[in-house]
Amino acid sequence: MSNYVVGLIIVMYLAMLFVLAYFAEKNPRGKWTNNPYVYTLSLAVYCTAWTYYGSVGIASRSGISFLAIYLGPVISLPLWIVVMKKVIRISKQHKISSIADFISMRYGNNRFLGALVTITCLLAIIPYISLQLKAVSETFSLISTENSYVSTGFLDDSTFYIALLIAVFVAFYGTRSTDTSQHKKGIIATVAFESVLKLLFFLAIGIYVTYYLFDGTTDLYEQASMRNNFHQLTSLGGLENGFNWLFTICLSFFAIFLLPRQFHVAVVENDNENYLKKAIWLFPLYLLLFNLFVIFIAWAGNIRLPDVVNHDYYSLLLPLQQNNQGLVLMVFIGGFTAVISMIVVSTLALSTMVSNNIVIPYGFIKKLVEGNPEENTKRIKNIRRVAIFFLIVIAYFFYVNFSAQLSLFSIGLISFVLIAQLAPSFFLGLTWRRGTARGAEIGILVGVAVVFYTLLLPFISQVIMPNVKFVEEGLFGYSWLKPAQLFGLDYLTPESNAFLWSLSFNTLFFVGFSLRNKGNYRERNYAEMFVNHANYENLQEGAFVWKGEAYVADIKRLLSRFLGETRTNRALRVFNKKHNISDAEEKADARLINFSEKLLTGSIGSASAKILLSSVSKETPISLVEVLNILEESKETKANNKLLFEKSEQLTAMAHQLKEANEELLLQDRQKDEFLDTVAHELKTPITSIKAASEVLEDDDMPPELRKQFLENISRDTDRLDTLIHNILDLEKLSDNRTELDIKKRKINKTIKKAIKGVEQIAAKKQVGIEFTERENLEVPFDEDRILQVLTNLLSNSLKFTEPHTGTIKIHLEDGDKALRVSVEDNGRGIPVEDQAYIFDKFYQSKNQNTKKPQGSGLGLAICKKIMEGHKGSIWVDKGFKKGARLVFELPKSRN
Amino acid sequence: MKKILIVDDEPNIVMSLEYAFKKKDFGVFIARDGTEALEIAEREKPDLILLDIMMPQMDGYETLKRIRESENLGQTKVVFLSAKSKEKDIEKGLKMGADGYMTKPFSIKKIISDVEEMIT
Repeated sequence: MSNYVVGLIIVMYLAMLFVLAYFAEKNPRGKWTNNPYVYTLSLAVYCTAWTYYGSVGIASRSGISFLAIYLGPVISLPLWIVVMKKVIRISKQHKISSIADFISMRYGNNRFLGALVTITCLLAIIPYISLQLKAVSETFSLISTENSYVSTGFLDDSTFYIALLIAVFVAFYGTRSTDTSQHKKGIIATVAFESVLKLLFFLAIGIYVTYYLFDGTTDLYEQASMRNNFHQLTSLGGLENGFNWLFTICLSFFAIFLLPRQFHVAVVENDNENYLKKAIWLFPLYLLLFNLFVIFIAWAGNIRLPDVVNHDYYSLLLPLQQNNQGLVLMVFIGGFTAVISMIVVSTLALSTMVSNNIVIPYGFIKKLVEGNPEENTKRIKNIRRVAIFFLIVIAYFFYVNFSAQLSLFSIGLISFVLIAQLAPSFFLGLTWRRGTARGAEIGILVGVAVVFYTLLLPFISQVIMPNVKFVEEGLFGYSWLKPAQLFGLDYLTPESNAFLWSLSFNTLFFVGFSLRNKGNYRERNYAEMFVNHANYENLQEGAFVWKGEAYVADIKRLLSRFLGETRTNRALRVFNKKHNISDAEEKADARLINFSEKLLTGSIGSASAKILLSSVSKETPISLVEVLNILEESKETKANNKLLFEKSEQLTAMAHQLKEANEELLLQDRQKDEFLDTVAHELKTPITSIKAASEVLEDDDMPPELRKQFLENISRDTDRLDTLIHNILDLEKLSDNRTELDIKKRKINKTIKKAIKGVEQIAAKKQVGIEFTERENLEVPFDEDRILQVLTNLLSNSLKFTEPHTGTIKIHLEDGDKALRVSVEDNGRGIPVEDQAYIFDKFYQSKNQNTKKPQGSGLGLAICKKIMEGHKGSIWVDKGFKKGARLVFELPKSRN
Repeated sequence: MKKILIVDDEPNIVMSLEYAFKKKDFGVFIARDGTEALEIAEREKPDLILLDIMMPQMDGYETLKRIRESENLGQTKVVFLSAKSKEKDIEKGLKMGADGYMTKPFSIKKIISDVEEMIT
């Protein structure tokens, strides 16, 4: 294929990505770009040229150990539901835009730590990007027919131009907004699309090799098994190899969390944490499919191709050998796709880190403070664009000068080992609140130094000083200092060796320094928020602990430099409204400081945001106890807010009840007043009568019969007074439940007969008959004296209201299941319907009494009612009885 | 001879009052409730009515109102005679147009002297 055709295809392909990104950006909320599948596919940026070409190379030389690098992510994915969810929530809440920002914020927006993480990532990723470029360049020259042509400098090297085009793409779609926490739909859409392409094309070549060049997997296996190194290629190896496997799995386990590009696609670009649920099974499936044919392509290459060719490119060389141009081009595009997505996301993530964690906090902050919003926006964007080009150009020159003799696999592993140095501060930072910035800094520094000594130094010394023998003999001749076999462990691969020792020292120093030094309150504040995130995630501004003095006007001025006047005003208005703060408030509180930090973090990174805000505020250090107290308080406030709503509803309900209770009380009060009035009236009447009579009795001329009459009146009124007082006291006693009823099982028959006997005389005098249908042996529990009182009362009432001679009173017993019923009926004038409901009230007297009212205290029936209540029974008027009055009471048979 | 109407539902009280006023040569009429009182008042046109307040059927207030409405009873004085002895009860009674208010229990001598003062 001619160089120009391949070049044209590459340019066309890149143009297509531009168009795809354009449409994705145009409709950022479309369902094509917002779904768990795009999210999962964007995670597949993990599969780079290393996967696409390098795995085959490893498989052809050392068998199935290439799989270890995919087992780590697969093992870690179920953990995502817990860990990633937490990381995503924290990142969204704090507008975190990169792994460097995340770690720097966890340790109190530490500027140095952010820069350190960024530099570590640069060290790890730039060589990796160069390797991707190398893969493009090598595959390009493999498929181009003009082999005689050798490039003499970068200006006529096609790889350089491809790199520049990629840089333009990233710069264009990656810096549209200054807020880096905003999602870049265009880039993610192209990454997802490329993930589909590279998988499809790799599966295609796998199927082609396995089923077209060979007769399926069995045929391949049989042919491969005849080769002499076959056993070594298919076994796992001994214990030493087991360690290597373990360490590689660990490496990739960390990498899937910590690689800047993985953090970017998994956390920063995440739209919805529920996507994780799909991703945890879809992504392993993707990795499985990707690795399905690796081993077969490797075997086929070993069988068909001469050993001198680069094993990494078997998948390209096999169709090339068959002169299948279409397939060759497809495989090349697939690999190119894997390269582009990796470089795009990596440079995007790295450029954000470089600008937000190094350039702005260390160099530009002063300039930005002085600039106006438009200038600042432009400046920030330009810093990022320059960073993007800078990164790609450095990667390009690294590739030109260094990477000639390294395989994709080993550079990939070095990169992973370096990235793994972030693991202690990242993972322990999420779970251990004692971790401090100092610990993290020293841990990472020591870890990187160990990696440098064990992995990079041998490589550099090979290139620069091939005569120095310290790699073989150890530093200063001490064999335990041999870089690749540190402390005499000689069975590990150099990468496993480096991983083991760097991470051990890293963790040791991290934990050691964290324990020695408690860190400032800011670190402890963030530690609490990150570790105990579930408790504080709803608090937002409230969880931030800050003590000091700052003016809203200063903060406003600062914010408008970056966000512009309108956005700042809008943001503050919303903030004030949300927290119920007056717009006229002059002093800023912790919530505003934190809110502003968050607003700025998206644009310039957390460390710079902190520096900027501390330039306009005077912060006072506070003790750990205060921090914890404030956190607790804000937690409570939040909980209280939630409770308040419920409480206010309860209060409303309670107020309603109170009002009702009050009305009830007022009614009772009124009733009490009325009762007292009535009592007074009822008492005064006989007293008046007695007094008047005794006055007229002073008259000596009064005839004796009249005198006798007056004296009798006095006597009767005195009796009436006595009964009244007795009844009032009795009723009060019954109302207060002060009287103990002497309730025992007794024969009701006996009691009724006693009651009849008590009124017999009066009845006989009035010639009113009393009939009682006796029922022997009916026993119920009751207080005999009280029931006697009830019966007497009912009988006296009947006697009062029946006519002489014609009157009859009948007493009936009715034996029910649960209660015994006693009714007393008469043929008197009956009780008017409108009075029936009230006759048991105290002193109730019918309004319709058209005759002289009969004698009585007006308390009899009220007392009867109280007595029946004391028996847990009841008393009522039989409304259906029309021939007179019938009052019924019921005594329960069981006392409960 | 001055005519006096006693309205009360308590026979024992009425009995004492009746005896005492008759002794002083008043023409005494008795009513047991408001309706009966209006009837007798229209017929006899008494100089003064001693009116109880708490009575069945028509209470004292209502009876007073009807008396004041009657054209024939313009000259009749009405004095409440009640066990309701609270300040506000007395005020209410006088406001309704009673010429006097006496509380129970009372002194018969005092009532007679007050009545004599009012109608002579």
